[in-house]
Amino acid sequence: MTDAKTEILARIRGALHYTPAPAPAERTYRRSSDRLREEVVEMLEDRLVDYRAAVHRETAETLPARIADLLGVSARYVVPAGLDRSWLPEDTAARRALVDPGDARAASALGVRELNAVDAVVTSSTVSCAETGTIFLTGRPDEGRRAISLVPDHHICVVRLDSVVELIPEALALVEPTAPVTMISGPSATSDIELERVEGVHGPRTLDVILLG
Amino acid sequence: MSRTALGMPAVRPVHGQGNLHARTAFPAAAKAEMGNTQMRANIRHATHTIRGKRAAVAGELPDWEELRSAGSAIKEQVMANLPELLEEFERNVTARGGTVHWARDAEEANRIVTELVQATGSTDVIKIKSMATQEIGLEEHLAGHGITATETDLAELIVQLGRDLPSHILVPAIHKNRHEIRDIFLAEMAETDETLTSEPRDLAEAARTHLREKFLSTSVAVSGANFGVAETGTLTVVESEGNGRMCLTLPETLITVMGIEKIVPTFQDLEVFLQLLPRSSTGERMNPYTSMWTGVTPGDGPHNVHVVLLDNGRTAVLDDPAGRSALHCIRCSACLNVCPVYEQAGGHAYGSTYPGPIGAILSPQLTGITSEQNASLPYASSLCGACYDVCPVKINIPEILVHLRDEDVRTRHGERSDDGAAAAPARTRRLPQAPSEMDLMMKGASFVMSSGRRMALAEKALPLGRAVAGRDRAISWLPGAAGGWTDERDIPAPPKESFRNWWAQHADETAQRVAADGGSTGGATDGTTDGTTDGTTDGTTDGVSDRTSGGTSGGAPSGASHGAPHEGAAGAPQGGARDDTQHDGGER
Repeated sequence: MTDAKTEILARIRGALHYTPAPAPAERTYRRSSDRLREEVVEMLEDRLVDYRAAVHRETAETLPARIADLLGVSARYVVPAGLDRSWLPEDTAARRALVDPGDARAASALGVRELNAVDAVVTSSTVSCAETGTIFLTGRPDEGRRAISLVPDHHICVVRLDSVVELIPEALALVEPTAPVTMISGPSATSDIELERVEGVHGPRTLDVILLG
Repeated sequence: MSRTALGMPAVRPVHGQGNLHARTAFPAAAKAEMGNTQMRANIRHATHTIRGKRAAVAGELPDWEELRSAGSAIKEQVMANLPELLEEFERNVTARGGTVHWARDAEEANRIVTELVQATGSTDVIKIKSMATQEIGLEEHLAGHGITATETDLAELIVQLGRDLPSHILVPAIHKNRHEIRDIFLAEMAETDETLTSEPRDLAEAARTHLREKFLSTSVAVSGANFGVAETGTLTVVESEGNGRMCLTLPETLITVMGIEKIVPTFQDLEVFLQLLPRSSTGERMNPYTSMWTGVTPGDGPHNVHVVLLDNGRTAVLDDPAGRSALHCIRCSACLNVCPVYEQAGGHAYGSTYPGPIGAILSPQLTGITSEQNASLPYASSLCGACYDVCPVKINIPEILVHLRDEDVRTRHGERSDDGAAAAPARTRRLPQAPSEMDLMMKGASFVMSSGRRMALAEKALPLGRAVAGRDRAISWLPGAAGGWTDERDIPAPPKESFRNWWAQHADETAQRVAADGGSTGGATDGTTDGTTDGTTDGTTDGVSDRTSGGTSGGAPSGASHGAPHEGAAGAPQGGARDDTQHDGGER
């Protein structure tokens, strides 16, 4: 008896025996944007709001105050080890940042139950696509491992204006394919009941996007 | 035409098993389902909602048609190079610390997954909604080995808790309304009580609470995959709720079952499908979450990563050049939402994991058209062509439906069998067999209609038909095979006079009127009349199949309408003309 792989490949080759080589795919769809930067950023904002994400425009100076405001006076929140600390507000007695080392095997890594107990997470992002309102996380040091941006119920995500592109092909070209990629388009949602969209199921139910320029 | 003669290995197509076989043929199943008026109301509401959203977001992209063409072309490339792409995919997954398994059929895939779960020592797995695992009946198989699989997608959870069956590819609980769902949750979820309302928001919250502990504590997850990238070994899952992210991130072991047709050649190809899929599927610009993983990422996510590549009849579909594009399907379910037959019959009537128009071409090909119940599926369509218009990878579903009807008729005539490749020149080895009643009727009709003289004679029987119709001017019963028609609807009484007779008497008047209007069409009019009368089918003796396929695929205006789905109807004043435009598609 042949092994399954050999047999399946033989079946495919048998089935394809008379198949002429098809013409190569033509990529005549839009692959690069011809819009102005400000137009593209406005489009991203519009799409995110449409998904019921909250969008805030900040500068390096106003960013820590905005994050403090979004966290509220009392919060334990997780941040990836590579995040720029100058973005964050000073810790207070009631508001504290927990730094995750980015490797679940490390002794200081937060366990899933600890993550489930924190109030929020703050991360950066790799690239964002305006046309679809999609933010890409790719596990870089300032984005952290996937669990930290998933388990907490509130995700505050910083998007640098220079990382915003208009189209999906432009965004995917900036992603390292073998990295763990999470594409986020608004807070978690379901349309499973009568196709009525409800925001907030298993992923973070609140998504705050800060456009940093 | 034998393959061995050309030095190729003689491989016979092997069909799939599992939840692909209908237990009841479509007409009987549909009749039963149509009695469920609540289900029909729910499905009507849902499909109409989603088809509107799809049209809006597809229409928003100026290059939607270019994306569809690219998607179709990439899928054709995939099929043509499938062995090389699968091996490339395996190499890359393996190089990144994952393990690839190959499964010839449902049984083998179930055994592999069960053994992998058993090796972890766990008796619980969390599952992401997946057509492939549903197709092979994985959940039942695991249960038989003492392993509990919990569905984490909200709709699948509703179906699982209600001990029900899915009825739609994207929203499996589409046949249940909010009140029915509340009742299921109340009965099956320990955490709920009478304060639970039937608001979708409350029901989603109940599901979140119910599953949270499962996500945090279960060490094994099972998923399907939307795409597998050969060039990198990357797998992709597209979802909305975050249950997918949970399953793909938190457990130690991740087992993914993927049909071999889900391969795409390059990472760049995802730029096409990640635009086509969400807009076609949920009618959103993008689904909330898409996850990609490549083998194992140390310190981030599962460290024990497996992929099971599943055949289960896919190679048999590939074996038929006229039907293989059914494998291009990316499971968006847009065709279900626009199908007038699905809208009335619902997903359960199709009896297979794959309902709707795509199911009607995929299921019978996966199982072989000789499966009696599934052979009824290609007839579960009015051939209106709406499915083809919305398909994001341009699968010509109506054409394949007609092709499969032909295969079914030829199978029943003993002209082909699924044991020897479908590509065999069946027509040349016709077996002697008594003609069916349908054959005789078609033969008779062919004899009469192929000659103007015989047709004119037949029309003399029109008054007889009027007499049978009686005062209500409807014929509600016909004998024999023709009774299949009158079982479902009345035939209106025939007119007093045939159009041919009327035309013979009035053609001159028309010519005069046209002449009075300043036209000059006398000769042309005559020519048309003659042409029709003489007929062109005298040479065709082989009745049904030739005529049917000729009728839908012939005469397509080549290079016509490449525009929006509804463009075809725009210039057509009448219903009939519009239908023709859609049949022919015009988007080749």
